[in-house]
Amino acid sequence: MAYAAGVDVGSTQTKAVLLDESRQIVARALIDTGANVVKAAENAYVEALQAGRIQEEEVAYVVGTGYGRYRVTFGNTQVTEISCHGRGAVHIFPETHTVLDMGGQDTKAIRVSPTGEILDFCMNDKCAAGTGRFLGAAAAALEIPLPDLGGTALKAERPVRISTTCTVFAESEVLSWLGRGKKVEDILLGVHQSIASRSIGLLRRVGIEPQVTFTGGVAKNIGMIQVLNDALGFDVNVSDDSHFMGAIGAALFALDYVLGSRVPAAREAQA
Amino acid sequence: MGTKSVQEGQEIVGRGVREGARLFREWFDGMTGVAEAGGTAAYVFVMGSLAEVLRVFDYPMVFPEIHALQTAVRRASHEYLNEAEDHGYSPDICGYVKADLAIQMRGGDHPMGRIPPPGLAVLTNACNTYIKWAEAWERMYRIPVFTLDVPGTRRAEAVTAPGDPDFENDRRYVAGQIDELIALCEQRTGRAFDLDRLREVLRHTNEMSRAWRRVLELNASRPGVFNAITDGTVYLGVANAFRGTPEGAQFFTDLVEEMEYKAANGLGVVEEEKHRLVFVGVPCYPIFRRFNELFTEWGGVFVTSTYLWFASGGADLGFEYDLERPLESLAEGVLISVRHAMDSMFYQDRALVDSVAQYGIDGVVYHPIKSCRTTSAGMADNRRAFMQAVDVPSLFIESDMMDKRVVSEAQMKNRIDAFFEGLNARRLQRAAV
Repeated sequence: MAYAAGVDVGSTQTKAVLLDESRQIVARALIDTGANVVKAAENAYVEALQAGRIQEEEVAYVVGTGYGRYRVTFGNTQVTEISCHGRGAVHIFPETHTVLDMGGQDTKAIRVSPTGEILDFCMNDKCAAGTGRFLGAAAAALEIPLPDLGGTALKAERPVRISTTCTVFAESEVLSWLGRGKKVEDILLGVHQSIASRSIGLLRRVGIEPQVTFTGGVAKNIGMIQVLNDALGFDVNVSDDSHFMGAIGAALFALDYVLGSRVPAAREAQA
Repeated sequence: MGTKSVQEGQEIVGRGVREGARLFREWFDGMTGVAEAGGTAAYVFVMGSLAEVLRVFDYPMVFPEIHALQTAVRRASHEYLNEAEDHGYSPDICGYVKADLAIQMRGGDHPMGRIPPPGLAVLTNACNTYIKWAEAWERMYRIPVFTLDVPGTRRAEAVTAPGDPDFENDRRYVAGQIDELIALCEQRTGRAFDLDRLREVLRHTNEMSRAWRRVLELNASRPGVFNAITDGTVYLGVANAFRGTPEGAQFFTDLVEEMEYKAANGLGVVEEEKHRLVFVGVPCYPIFRRFNELFTEWGGVFVTSTYLWFASGGADLGFEYDLERPLESLAEGVLISVRHAMDSMFYQDRALVDSVAQYGIDGVVYHPIKSCRTTSAGMADNRRAFMQAVDVPSLFIESDMMDKRVVSEAQMKNRIDAFFEGLNARRLQRAAV
């Protein structure tokens, strides 16, 4: 049995996934990226190998993805996380036509073909407004642990209308609402709605075609899932492995090589 | 075309870029000479320079868009932008304006020489910023500003043609304004307008236009014979700065020979051309070469560009003046060409759809930029219309033409890589069917 690996070095967290030849996930690992990107990639990969009790020699191909993909020094090749999220989302939810990936520093809207190829995509540019980082800044300002953000937001009765999703101004925005006597949960739901609205704007630019699969670290947030469902008028797909979706896609590209003994499709013309 | 020896071929290939660079060095030297002698120049713009009229009066001509972008190519634009912003100009306005005004505040100091101050400014309404830009010179130097109002296309599907009553009205409107410009030039220079000299200038422009159109057509060859961003920008500079001159006409005649030679011998611009692309918008001058490499590394070649259409003032149409009725024909040419330049910014989707078949396009790259809303504002809608009309992938990447503070190479590379991954996957999928 040969295995394929995907290592997704994101701006906040690094994820590694191992697939067997039947495309089953046999191991996964998640660590904070930190300042040493090379080390983060190695550590996540080693953790995944240990979790799956797999020897490094058994892994036939490794694809790196994410902003740090070129720092996956042990990887065989690189594929962008845009392609990887599309591929991963269609693998987990085969009826996916549109992907919304909300990560630490960027949000991507991706339209995919039935086989997971990218038809169109759109991302926030040069500004982390409306991304996971904004939620992080709001959580810090309100002194609420990140995992509790979504649940707290869903207790809101009268959400405030947040005028900015600028991460730099998140704290002052939140504090100004606190100063006006608003409840924490009402402020938080306003934050979630504001980010959802911005994300749906990105989705509209590529075309919203159900099913929509929600990926990335923010897809772990139940509050964000709910406000997206409310705004879209239907439920988005969310997997327990949503934050591993880029790594899963990368591992699937790696498996192309293992099964076909060839360079992953996405890189073929450049190789 | 006759057979050429290997040595002749080696001399021909790349000649356009070499000669273009030489002409521009000489052009900047000439401007420096005018400035150092205490002279002034006519300031004009690429979309409707009216060079034909000004050459009759032997005006030295300065193209502020060109000297502004050259500060970015020479990696000095940030100094000029910062100076203009220190003076109160907003980070949100046109980077060309700010670089030029900082050059003015420095007494014409430029990385390639010295730019003489304006003695007259001539502009069209093709870009809304031109008007406010020229007003700044008017205040700084107390100079006359002549604005030619060119009627644009009123509706996307209704381009009028010579003979149509609406077109003839528009032509007379432009002709009347050109008469006013001639009177202004006579008054400023103390010289009488010379119709024979105009015919001579128009003849040079005709040669250039005919050749420029042919050069653009030759990039339908496989592989493409020139890169529409890197090489094309050099050619574009010559097309503007040397319009109506024998040097400009000769340059483009030679360029046709080079491109025909390359086409006949299958000489492309990269080792292996894998994807033929169209570029929409203004280039990213702060990382001009690197920006192009992000595409050529994947075998992507820009074979045409809306920039070559609008920034040549619509000269890509190849309009040729009728020398038997020079003034009337000049008005007609200005109307048709400048209107086409505006359409290339505002209604570009139709021309892009046509280019897919003409050039064998695999993908379109839209490049909206922060500091030029004129070229960028409608791009998202144009892209949507284009994608509804044809099944050709497109990429939308944002940066700037001048301001490296808003140019993020890592983010651009990520999007460009994903675009090519999609193109490759699409190609493999189609090959498998």
